[in-house]
Amino acid sequence: MPGSGHEGPGTRDLAIVGAGPAGMAAAVAASRAGLDVVLVDAQARLGGQYFRHAPPGLRAGHPGTPQRGFGRFTRLAEALTGVDVRLGHRVWAVEKAVEKNAERNTAGNAGKAAGNDPGNEADQNPGKDAAAGFIVHCLAGTRDERRVTLRARRLLIATGAHDRPLPFPGWDLPGVLTAGGAQALLKGDLVPAGRTVVVAGTGPFLLPVAAGLAEAGARVAGVFEANGGAGLAPALAVRPGKLAEGAGYLWRLARRRVPYAVRHAVVEAHGGDRLTHVTVARLGRDWTPGARRTIACDALAVGYGFVPQIELATQLGCATEAGGDGEQVVVVDAGMRTSVPGVYAAGEPTGVGGADLAEAEGWIAGRAVAADLGRPVRPAPALSRRRDRLAAFGRAMQDAYPVRDGWKGWLRGDTLVCRCEEVPYARVREALALGATDARSVKLLARPGMGWCQGRVCGYAVARLAGETSPPPRRPVAHPVRLGDLAGLPDRADETQGTANDPAGEEAR
Amino acid sequence: MTDVVVVGAGVVGAACAYYAARAGLSVTVLDRGPVAAGTTGAGEGNILVSDKEPGPELELALLSARLWRELAGLGGFEYEAKGGLVVAETSEVLGSLADLAVAQAGAGVEHVPVAAGELPGYEPDLTPDLAGGVYYPQDSQVQPMLAAARLLSGAPGAVLRTGVEVTGLLRDGDRVTGVRTNEGDIPAGAVVNAAGTWSGEVAALAGLDLPILPRRGFILVTEPLGGRLGPPLIRHKVYTAAYVTDVASDSEGLETSAVIEGTPSGTVLIGASRERVGFDRTTSIPVLEALARQAVALFPGLAARRVIRAYCGFRPYCPDHLPVIGADPRAPGLYHACGHEGAGIGLAPATGHLVAGLLAGAAPTLDLSPFRPERFAA
Repeated sequence: MPGSGHEGPGTRDLAIVGAGPAGMAAAVAASRAGLDVVLVDAQARLGGQYFRHAPPGLRAGHPGTPQRGFGRFTRLAEALTGVDVRLGHRVWAVEKAVEKNAERNTAGNAGKAAGNDPGNEADQNPGKDAAAGFIVHCLAGTRDERRVTLRARRLLIATGAHDRPLPFPGWDLPGVLTAGGAQALLKGDLVPAGRTVVVAGTGPFLLPVAAGLAEAGARVAGVFEANGGAGLAPALAVRPGKLAEGAGYLWRLARRRVPYAVRHAVVEAHGGDRLTHVTVARLGRDWTPGARRTIACDALAVGYGFVPQIELATQLGCATEAGGDGEQVVVVDAGMRTSVPGVYAAGEPTGVGGADLAEAEGWIAGRAVAADLGRPVRPAPALSRRRDRLAAFGRAMQDAYPVRDGWKGWLRGDTLVCRCEEVPYARVREALALGATDARSVKLLARPGMGWCQGRVCGYAVARLAGETSPPPRRPVAHPVRLGDLAGLPDRADETQGTANDPAGEEAR
Repeated sequence: MTDVVVVGAGVVGAACAYYAARAGLSVTVLDRGPVAAGTTGAGEGNILVSDKEPGPELELALLSARLWRELAGLGGFEYEAKGGLVVAETSEVLGSLADLAVAQAGAGVEHVPVAAGELPGYEPDLTPDLAGGVYYPQDSQVQPMLAAARLLSGAPGAVLRTGVEVTGLLRDGDRVTGVRTNEGDIPAGAVVNAAGTWSGEVAALAGLDLPILPRRGFILVTEPLGGRLGPPLIRHKVYTAAYVTDVASDSEGLETSAVIEGTPSGTVLIGASRERVGFDRTTSIPVLEALARQAVALFPGLAARRVIRAYCGFRPYCPDHLPVIGADPRAPGLYHACGHEGAGIGLAPATGHLVAGLLAGAAPTLDLSPFRPERFAA
């Protein structure tokens, strides 16, 4: 299925970045409406984080392993038959295909593109459509990484979210991982993060992580929720069914005698070469730590919510705003259209709300793109109502599981805030004393966020330490790219012109 | 009342504040943003004498290079007297490069001609396809943001107020007697306009026309090299002779020339592009591609290294490529220290030193007439 149908170069109707619930649903909706769709994902398998699953060979060895939502995933995956699925494609930049860029292309390619696509005329009429489409710059392959460039008239950003950790002494020890990372190991490789695991942080996501670990054979030595869960009423008023789901997880944990405590957090991790135990503290209202005790463990899965991955949207200048958890989200209308004509966003980039919301937004976005490109699409008010209800639930959950600034009290001067650049808290304080007043100026003076992860891990912490909410990401290069690939060396010129599957291009390496 | 208000907490404002405070003046530095967050925070930290033709800017650069060596003693920021290596692709370009070096020598610039066969001794990983080059030992590099911040914190008694935006100037007739800000009026004996690319806006508050325009530049940053990956790939500041002509060009269109250097943190910085596109921050992939192409052409080994980030900034550009330094006769009490284009880091100490001299009533040690603010008036 991947790569089938559209071997040649050309401008597609729709490029979707991210093949999780939102991207898959959008691809199905758009291709059912007759659009020529390319679906791109960095991972080797479809599904994103929520539908993450082990390869069939590995699954066969673990017949009993539960794969949540797998039926839904299979139905979506099977409906992707007409879609050009590009897995293992890491998108490092997206740009508008304006006239300036059109000139850069060989005339042959542009001609072929127009010939392939009967709907292309509309895009060449600047009065009707300001953007001449979009260019999606990818890196494909693993060992023989190569540059692949895709073109589409419309672009959907469905790039999900990543974990939001908080720093604390010892969080850089091997054995400490994010809750999402622990779940990815379990879902994708069927490997529990450790023999004895502590799960800590805040939010409902901790429960499936802990239950999954326990059921996969790990001893879960405790689940520590930093909030009290007192603010849950508004969320459950919107989706009472979620109460049963939460209760179900708690029952599964209780059945395995997993201790569960609210208003507690892991405030320090200990160990020499790797994690041996953690300090758990009772938290006051604003998360100032109180009474402490230690728990032996060889793995700690910790997560304080999620950060929507929106740098591709900000590369294109899409408007953003602070969401309920302080993270920047892409502003969209009822059809998931962003402020930039032709660019859509669905799923966590519009606000973290989970897989159900992401999928609903994906359906809406796919249909909206089709309608905007002149395909007949019947209105679906029920879908919009479902989206509104799920989004309201997502916002209410964020309100119920806030991050309180008391975590700053867990830090010591030598606690690393940025692990990539090894920036301790003392250097952040020094930058603030020197006149830094926001995350960017702290970064300029003390280097947190300048390393490999580009601030994805420490961004929230640095912004809060500087006294602001997270600013919109500025990442012109969304994924590391080799200078040789960026240069588009002459012997690979064909590939950089959009002939993604051109075997001659691969040989040229 | 404070003796001096400096508008702008970039490296030029910091140097003005530093030398003014050292001269015994009370100084308040204002910035609408944080410290060093404008063009200072988007540069490479060049301290170059090699790219300047003999003339007033080169004199400023030589004074500045000497002052940076002194300032490095303050500590707390990286300063590397690494030297610059200018390379030429053809013997014709090498000829004009050599001529320039000889002319610069007359002004006090040290240089060493480097034959093609000697280039590997300076930079082992340079492409062999070069005609030769010139080595400039006085070229150096500084971490500009920390340098600006340390100059401010090292300025005796100087007060830094971030998040304070100047919205007007206090006047007594023509005379400028302080600034109006979003946090109230600040009377001052003198006001220094060190607002970089935004200095034209400050001048406009006095009803003056200062034609300073943004000239955008992108920089690519690689993953850290060196350390466990081996010795630093690039030892000096290396650039092609085309950079000198690009710097002096008046073109509005895109110009790129390779300027490549390593930093103590192991990253390699790759510039330089010049475009006049206003304050547009939209990433231009073609510019990034051009920078990468030129970098790989000079250092083929860089092809396998990954770019982990890119950023852009806006050089404060004057039509005649000279900075604006000195008292403004049209508005007594107002001094300018701006318009340094891409050389602001390098020229900051000399600028600050000269402006502080004027503020303290001393005779300037350098002829300031080429930099006079009123030179653009029709």
